[in-house]
Amino acid sequence: MHPVIKTVLERLGLGLATLFFVSIIIFSAIEMLPGDFGQAILGQAALPETVAAFRQELGLDKPAYIRYFDWALGAIQGDLGTSFSGRNASGADRSAEVVDKIAPRLWNTLFLASMAALIAVPLSLILGILTALYRNSFFDRSVNTATLTTISFPEFFVAYILILFFASLNQIFPSLANVDPDTNFGERIYRTALPAFTLTLVIVAHMMRMTRAAIINLLASPYIQMAKLSGASQTEIILKHALPNAWAPIATVIAFNLAYLVVGVVVVEVVFVYPGVGQLMVDAVRTRDIPVVQGCALIFAVTYILLNLIADIIGIVTNPRLLHPK
Amino acid sequence: MKNKKDNTTLLQIKDLKIEGFSDERWHKIIKGVNLQLKRGEVLGLIGESGAGKSTLGLAAMGYTQPGCRITGGQINFDGVDLSKRTDSEKRKYWGNRMTYVAQSAAASFNPAHRLINQTTESTIRAGLKKQSEAFDEARALYDALNLPNPETIGERYPHQVSGGQLQRIMTAMAMSPNPDLIVFDEPTTALDVTTQVEVLAAMRDIVKTYGTAAIYITHDLSVVAQMADRIKVLRYGEEVEEAVTRKMLKSPKEDYTKSLWSVRSIQKPEKKSKDIILEVKNVDAFYGSFHVLKNINIKLPLGRTVALVGESGSGKSTVARVITGLLEPKIGSVKFKNRELPPSLKGRTKDQLQKVQMIYQMADVAMNPKQTVYDIISRPASFFAGLTGANLRKRVIELLEQIDLDESFIDRYPSELSGGQKQRICIARALAANPEVVICDEVTSALDQIVQEGILKLLGRLQKDLNLSYIFITHDIATVKAISDEVVVMNEGEVVEQGLKSEIFSPPHPEYTELLLSSVPEMDPDWLTDLLKARSY
Repeated sequence: MHPVIKTVLERLGLGLATLFFVSIIIFSAIEMLPGDFGQAILGQAALPETVAAFRQELGLDKPAYIRYFDWALGAIQGDLGTSFSGRNASGADRSAEVVDKIAPRLWNTLFLASMAALIAVPLSLILGILTALYRNSFFDRSVNTATLTTISFPEFFVAYILILFFASLNQIFPSLANVDPDTNFGERIYRTALPAFTLTLVIVAHMMRMTRAAIINLLASPYIQMAKLSGASQTEIILKHALPNAWAPIATVIAFNLAYLVVGVVVVEVVFVYPGVGQLMVDAVRTRDIPVVQGCALIFAVTYILLNLIADIIGIVTNPRLLHPK
Repeated sequence: MKNKKDNTTLLQIKDLKIEGFSDERWHKIIKGVNLQLKRGEVLGLIGESGAGKSTLGLAAMGYTQPGCRITGGQINFDGVDLSKRTDSEKRKYWGNRMTYVAQSAAASFNPAHRLINQTTESTIRAGLKKQSEAFDEARALYDALNLPNPETIGERYPHQVSGGQLQRIMTAMAMSPNPDLIVFDEPTTALDVTTQVEVLAAMRDIVKTYGTAAIYITHDLSVVAQMADRIKVLRYGEEVEEAVTRKMLKSPKEDYTKSLWSVRSIQKPEKKSKDIILEVKNVDAFYGSFHVLKNINIKLPLGRTVALVGESGSGKSTVARVITGLLEPKIGSVKFKNRELPPSLKGRTKDQLQKVQMIYQMADVAMNPKQTVYDIISRPASFFAGLTGANLRKRVIELLEQIDLDESFIDRYPSELSGGQKQRICIARALAANPEVVICDEVTSALDQIVQEGILKLLGRLQKDLNLSYIFITHDIATVKAISDEVVVMNEGEVVEQGLKSEIFSPPHPEYTELLLSSVPEMDPDWLTDLLKARSY
């Protein structure tokens, strides 16, 4: 077997093992949350027997490890259980499948994340390469200062500033990004523009600076001087001689930021009233809707592990020592 | 390609001055040097580190390293003054009419691209040839440079071929555009001697065949003697003297030039000794599953020097690791004064540790840059001898005197010392433990010839004064002659032979020793030619 395939399979295996441990941590962390769902729904006045019956109905009376395996086995098959909310003391059951609750929200989150990524990743790479090319120039310093400024402000602040200028003073984009499944594609892009810009401003600095640093770091290599002495222009040196050796660190930072776009955007969602997974999870925690919280946490974990796995693989396939062994 | 040699001037450098920026100010690196090169001629530039020979070689191409600037003079290449041209104008010359061969081929190839693409990159960029034509010619060059599998070796990546092969491929890369001038910057310094011979021969042949003019930069006179028509000696950015090769070797005018091969003149008479202080017995050692040492037996006589000679990868430094306990042998043992030492460092007593000390090749990285000379030397003196306060200070000063440095050095940091002084401090640190055996691992390899001479003399004197026994690891035969009583030749983890210096250096030799000894360049311009002739029989 080609060693690269072997390494990739190893990483995949490690990723799955990580996921397994993370699922245990998620499950036990939620076990440790204070309060009881039954008590919370039924109210302080509820009789202990009623609470017990309610708990039994939800399966909360079973030992934790059995509930973990039930949950984990379901999750593997794509079934994250049934939401606790929708039930009430009157006995009416309007509860929904967790998957059905999360799916539309996840789709929204991924849509916003992709939009932000489509703007931010090419923008950071181009800015990173340009600042490396014109390092220590006025351009370099301005870009560095500007991106550092935007990353230094809290997200909600950036969001409100954008709303002020692009929704309030000049009514170019809507300030609310309220979408529903019936919103058509063009309208969706229009409505999510401001949150996407906000996220872009928040993540560009990190990726751009890493690209710049990774390239400049390589410019001191003897093979770069060699390229200069063989008549290569600055642009050629950076694109052809430095960049191919700089992908591994750049990919890691991009993966990290993309993961953030999926799992860390709660604040931006709240500001723009965008129906994403982040808001769903916050609501679920507040109502002690354990299956939903677990489902969201698990999806976040998968996102992180998957993106880092992809970054690792990029690091491997761009390393000729691994790709073309002796 | 046709031979370009004729008697017209190709390159003329007049009163060139270059400055470099460091420590917040500009320093003069080249202080008004003249240089002339005819078409097809090879000029050797020699000097020690800091002489400005690389800077001058690069300047011949109109190139200055980042942080350097040309402050005066002219670089006339075929009628054009390169010192007045912009980078984008000079780019038309680079990789086209003038090319460069760097010291470390391993670091100078881009790891991300195939060798043949790198070989032909500049030729294709300059529009000299189409890709298929350039590739064919590159393969022909690989063949001419005696590379194995010339048809396919170009498809490989840099990490897939050896250092000697890479250096030859870099020569092919320099030849590919059929330039007027090649600058060779220490191209064989990083290679083993047996590899060096092949690379030198290949480079010399190809330069002669095409009549390419070349500047050959090196610190090794015997190497430049094989390559150059004329030799220019540089020191502190100034010319010391220049002469035709044979004349320079036979009768150098300046004292400085004479001193450049001074190490080769130290000859220590060997002495026998019956008492064995340290013995490595039947040692086999592994790195993981890699068998590095195979049944090694070495005896170190009391008060004598055993030189461990071999090329990189022969396992000579691993022997030092086994003796000091850094690497546990799988089989066999190390005996000190007929008593077996525990195999691992952890098992040894303070007393056992004290008796064997080490000095390293890179004095730079063997010292903590944040510690003063006093901290560095006093630590073993207090740890092993338990000295404190005024006694400790007295001892440190005494040690400094032993290595010919005075008390004024005591508060300096390593960065404030020269290369030779740093190595002296490392010697003092080893002496501070009152050792009986000192292992010197390539301690002079990174130093200039004159500094080497000083260190070797110091080590010789200390041996006499303190009755020290040395294990001296080196790949340099001249150093072996200068310091050893006995010699151990190693190859691929095995001892090829061991004996008194006079026995090892006089025939008959085992096959490997013969190869090793005959590969050491001599100060004779015909040496390479004669050697190749002898080997082809």
